[in-house]
This record gives sequence, structure tokens and C-alpha cells, in this order.
Amino acid sequence: MTRPQRPIAGAQSRPALPRHVRMHFDERRGAWALLSPEKVLWPDEISLAILRRCDGRSEAGAIARSLALDYEADEDEVLADVLAFLQDWSDRMVVRL
Amino acid sequence: MSEAGPGLPIGILAELTHRCTLQCAYCSNPLELLKADKELGTAEWRSIFEQAADLGILQVHLSGGEPILRPDLADLVGVLASRGVYSNLITAGVGLDEALTARLAAAGLDHVQISFQGARPQTTEAIGRLRGSHEKKLAAARAVRAAGLPLTVNAPIHRRNIEEVELFIDLALELGAERLEIANVQYYGWALLNRPALMPPREAVERQIGIVEAARAALRGILAIDFVAPDYYASFPKACMGGWARDAFMITPDGTAMPCHAAASIPGLRFDNAARLPLAEIWNRSPAFEAYRGTAWMNERCRGCERRDIDFGGCRCQAMALTGDPTETDPACSLSPLHARVLALAESDAASAEAIVHPRRIGGTRAAALTR
Repeated sequence: MTRPQRPIAGAQSRPALPRHVRMHFDERRGAWALLSPEKVLWPDEISLAILRRCDGRSEAGAIARSLALDYEADEDEVLADVLAFLQDWSDRMVVRL
Repeated sequence: MSEAGPGLPIGILAELTHRCTLQCAYCSNPLELLKADKELGTAEWRSIFEQAADLGILQVHLSGGEPILRPDLADLVGVLASRGVYSNLITAGVGLDEALTARLAAAGLDHVQISFQGARPQTTEAIGRLRGSHEKKLAAARAVRAAGLPLTVNAPIHRRNIEEVELFIDLALELGAERLEIANVQYYGWALLNRPALMPPREAVERQIGIVEAARAALRGILAIDFVAPDYYASFPKACMGGWARDAFMITPDGTAMPCHAAASIPGLRFDNAARLPLAEIWNRSPAFEAYRGTAWMNERCRGCERRDIDFGGCRCQAMALTGDPTETDPACSLSPLHARVLALAESDAASAEAIVHPRRIGGTRAAALTR
């Protein structure tokens, strides 16, 4: 059978959480958790800032721009970091591109 | 016993019933199956799940037996959803039709895992001992997709289907699953009883690992493949349950709270019942949970080992089953003096031509004993 291609992150990607992954604020631990079938991930502050913007509508480029503004950082550098993050998380099926 | 007391638990495996449509010879339910009249009622499970959420539980795996045989399943999913707890239905899929799937999705179910005993219809039917089961599972998987729910295909692997691993990968892709579990059978209870009929030869295991590694690389971002190794052939033991009563536990159909599936096989452990005692109290103080929590119970070999906090000495029930001492190093570990014996067991079982003589059913062990 023909197999689907690996999704590649680009500035035009519109990342979202896949349907098997859900963000949840855990009251007992006072932290955001990413829930998936067999795993619970505890994203750090930066990961969380990216994941919050993965709404399926915003392009990766726009996400990087908004993060660069919030963190007063260089937009090109932030974009490179965001794309690397999205690629890694997409490869692990925690983000959908 | 741990020095600092337990952290908060993350997950519960809730075995809602031992009733099942299939008779797999490696079932993880105990040999003494509970009948329907021993099962907790809806109100009891509701209370347990509410307490679980209060306790910090983030995931509940609704399992069995066959959990869809419980008419209150959607109701229980609703309780979990109302508390933000991730609900994962672990089903054999026989009888999971569009109406039920839609009802579960509406109740807030997060994810469905369907087991396939084979990638070929004949294998599925032979292993689960139910004619037409493969077609019914395919229909269930399609119903899951139609309801917009995410899907894991679970493939329990043993000698009788290990050559179908590539076909399992194709099947998962064809069904549009996000995830495939290639889960080599672990040898407790029914599987231990049927080990000579199930143990794969080492060459087949190595071939399988090669196939899985190649598929993982080729299917990055398309299909997540989780692999559970057959530990008799491993160098290091599995970190069973992520450590005894460390972040997960299970509850049987009658409410017995146990650190793992097979814990009742360890003599002398005292279990509490979640329908009678608050869940927080069980988590913090149940004697069975405290017995092998942390590292204080370990022998010198495990306590002094640098992998102590990685695999926690392996599995207590396997140590019990294979050495007669639940505090021993799991002999799946190459550092165990008994490791060579376990390898020899695996190799001789793998070379045996034994057929499955103990299908899972109530009284199945007794009937089988007569044939020995």
C-alpha cells in the first residue's frame, strides 16, 4: 500500500493538537499537563507558550512573531526554534501539522 | 516502604468486568475469573472515579474482560469527562457498533484501543476463538473513526502471530490509527500456563525488532509505534507499572485495588477494596502498595545497582513466578544469577510444538489439568 508522507514543519504550517492529545490544568499539581493515551507530558514554559498557540488556524510564522514580541527575542531565531519544536513534536505525534 | 511517602498517582487501570467475548490464551485477567454477580455497581464505580480525580489521577483506562459489556459504560465515561480525566477504552471491539461509539463519544470518551489477535482474519479467529471476530473488529475500528475518536491498534504478539508484525503495521495504517502497540505477551496467569504454546523463538523476536525499528523511522509523524519487548530475551527487566505503586495501579471488577494485574499471585499481600475504603487511604497506606514501594525492600544486588531507579528491580510477580521469592531480582535481568535459566526456559518453550490447551474461560484451568 502507498504510505502517507511524514509531515514537515514550515512557516506556513498551521499546527494543532491531534485529537488524541488534550491539554489539562492539573489542580493538584498546579501545572499544565498534556494528556495522551499512554503518556502524560509536562511541558515547560516555552513549550507551553508554543502549544497554546497551536490552534489549527495560526501559521507557525505568526506564532514565532507573537512569541518574539512577548519574549523580546529575534524573530528569525524564534522561528527556527519553533519549527524545530514542531517537527520534533509532530514526529512524536503530539502535534499535528 | 518509601522514605518520603508516595507522590500523586497518575493512572488507574479499571477492570470493569472479567466477562469477555474472546478466550485468548494470554489474557491478563487472573485464572480465577470473577463472575458478573461479583462486579461493582454503577454508583460504586462513580464514587471511585470521583475520588480518583480528587486524588490527582489524570488517566483512567477502562478495561476488562470486555468493558463494553457493562451497560453503564457511557455513564462512567461521563463521570471521568466531567472531571477532565483522560478516558481510554481498552476493548476487543466485538460488539462496538456505531450507536455505542457515538454514545461514548458524546459522553466525552478521549480514546479507543482495539485489540487484534491477528492481522489475518484466520489468526484473529483462532486466537480469540470466535468466528467472525476479525470483521467485527474492523467494523468497530471504522465506527471509532466515524465518531471522530482517536484509535490505537493493540497487537498482542507471541509465536502464533509474530510473523504478522508487518501486516499489523499495514492494518493500523489502513484503519487510520494514530498509534499501534506491538505488545509482546508477558508471561503471568493464563500466558504463563500457556507459555510453551506462545513463546516465540529468539530469531523471530530479533526480526520483529528490526521491522519495528524500520517502520518507526519510516512512519515518523504518521503512526506512533509502541513496542513492549518479550522480556525473557531482554538484557534488562521492564520497569513494571513504572515502579510498584509509584504512579499507577489497578482495580479489579469487585473493587480490589492492586499495584498490578498479577499482584494476587504474591502470597501474603493484603489488598484493600476501593468500594469500602477511601481511594486516598488505599494509595497512601494499603499494605500491598507499601510492600514493594521505593527501594527499601530490595536485595543488595538491586539496591546497589545503578539502574535501581530505572527499572526498580523489574517485576515482583515475575520474580515470584520464576524464583519463588518476590524480593528477588527479576530473572529477566541479565544481572540475576537465574537469568540463564530463564533464557533456557524461553528457548525450550519456543522449540516446543505445543498447541494452546488452556483457552481463557471460567474453570478452564481445571478442564485443562485433566489433559496434562
